[in-house]
Amino acid sequence: MVNLVENFMEALLSLDSLTATQMMNAQNNRMAPIKFVEDVVIVALERIGARWQEGTVALSQVYMAGRICETLVDEILPPADPARKNQPKMAICMLVDHHNLGKILVYSLLRASGFDLLDYGTMAVDPLVDRVKKDKIEILLISTLMLPSALKVKQVKEKLAGLAVKIVVGGAPFRLDDQLWQEVGADAMCQTASEALAVIHALMGGVS
Amino acid sequence: MIQGKMTSLQRVLTTLGHQEPDRVPLFLLVTMHGAKALGVSIKNYFSKAENVVEGQLRLRARYKNDCIYNFFYAPLEVEAWGGEVIYHDDGPPNSGEPFIRHFQDIRNLAPPEVEKTPCLGRVLKATQLLKDKVGDDVPIIGVVMSPFSLPVMQMGFDKYIELIYEWPDLFEHLMKINEEFCVAWANAQLKAGCTAICYFDPVSSTTVSTKKMYLKTGFEVAKRTIARINGPTATHMASGRCLPIIDDIPKTGTAIIGVSGQEDLGALKAACRNKLSVLGNLNGIEMRRWGPRQAEEHVKRAISQAGIGGGFILSDNHGEIPWQVPDDVLMAISEAAHQWGRYPLSWVNENR
Repeated sequence: MVNLVENFMEALLSLDSLTATQMMNAQNNRMAPIKFVEDVVIVALERIGARWQEGTVALSQVYMAGRICETLVDEILPPADPARKNQPKMAICMLVDHHNLGKILVYSLLRASGFDLLDYGTMAVDPLVDRVKKDKIEILLISTLMLPSALKVKQVKEKLAGLAVKIVVGGAPFRLDDQLWQEVGADAMCQTASEALAVIHALMGGVS
Repeated sequence: MIQGKMTSLQRVLTTLGHQEPDRVPLFLLVTMHGAKALGVSIKNYFSKAENVVEGQLRLRARYKNDCIYNFFYAPLEVEAWGGEVIYHDDGPPNSGEPFIRHFQDIRNLAPPEVEKTPCLGRVLKATQLLKDKVGDDVPIIGVVMSPFSLPVMQMGFDKYIELIYEWPDLFEHLMKINEEFCVAWANAQLKAGCTAICYFDPVSSTTVSTKKMYLKTGFEVAKRTIARINGPTATHMASGRCLPIIDDIPKTGTAIIGVSGQEDLGALKAACRNKLSVLGNLNGIEMRRWGPRQAEEHVKRAISQAGIGGGFILSDNHGEIPWQVPDDVLMAISEAAHQWGRYPLSWVNENR
């Protein structure tokens, strides 16, 4: 399994989607698709995220790896497939900001890991709050690049007070100031896209 | 050390020569705070060159800054290309939806003509007026987005990454177009009175690119572009890390590197000694919640890590101080820089 993960990760970092697909297909008779996702895809993406933090992998490679995995996983686990995780209702968005890379990274990674979630795109505070209430969202992921957007998370939190919605934030302002996520009232912060997996698993204990 | 009172320009030139001036130069890169000083909205402030001139002069007088910063806002260049700019009351204008919607749009892209583009004209007018006011006493720092980093705003980060990996011919074509614009825009600012150009290149930072990828892409673009800019340049990583490529950056022809608050300033200074001057690296995001005492501590730490021997300018780590940073913190930074930055830095040696 160790070699399988390492080889799969190398295929992703080389942007070799053909090899990654062949490796997945070769395991068809040995493990269920969801098992491959959990034991290989997720582990490889988490290691790639860790290597980005170390500075040995480019953000662009993290993005491309997530995109390849999202396509692969969509083939074996189509949206709404019962084998996808029994999960809380989740949505992801950018807050008054069009810088989309962080949001796409997390969205791809979560889908590649077997989760389904709604993509709200760029939202202002009030429409976001309305949408979250309407969709009965339990975990809201907010990606920001600009400081003013990060500070607006506080308004979202206040307007969702009383509802069982957990807010998970990520992006440059939160990485540069490790106290900011608490200041704006978020329930968790992710340093990297792959950290979102662990955070969601931790939060699922409280919401599901 | 050179004795006596120096002008800001003399102070900066001395440190760029890797000598100790009378004190560590301070580049407090305030932009939107000019709107606060004039009591107008951010949108109103940047709508007239005269506002920015007045704002910069007032801010320099208040914080005893060693530069004038002609930077308006990052998406100015997107605006020049016909893209959307979204204004906010509490932060810098932001770029809207990318204007390159399909990869093939790149084939028909033509750079804007600097002299015929109103938003660029406002910056040039502000620069000329500022030059008339400050003469040769104070360096005026102009700004360009690097041709390699501009596509994040032109087409969105995700599509840009796909372009680099999957459409190499179109990527090279876009670089050629962007390089032409960048050189023309930088040289127009120098002609209007800028002393140097800050070349913002966060996509080249190792936060975004690996060293291998940088050497193939952003490095080559920077070498070609900076060689054609008719004045000194400072490369700024806008909070991105750069230590793994620090030996390569001087080969692009740049004189200064703007560094991240997330890297060891002492290690950066050691790696740059006599090759590059270091600009940085106070954390602009954290600065918002500092008090005066914390501000002083951060200034002292930065000076102690990088001040000895010159080759250092104290600044923030991003190239734009957030709107939310209060006046008392900026004043405390300035006062600490003037108090603890005086050469020789005997207190640093005594504490070692």
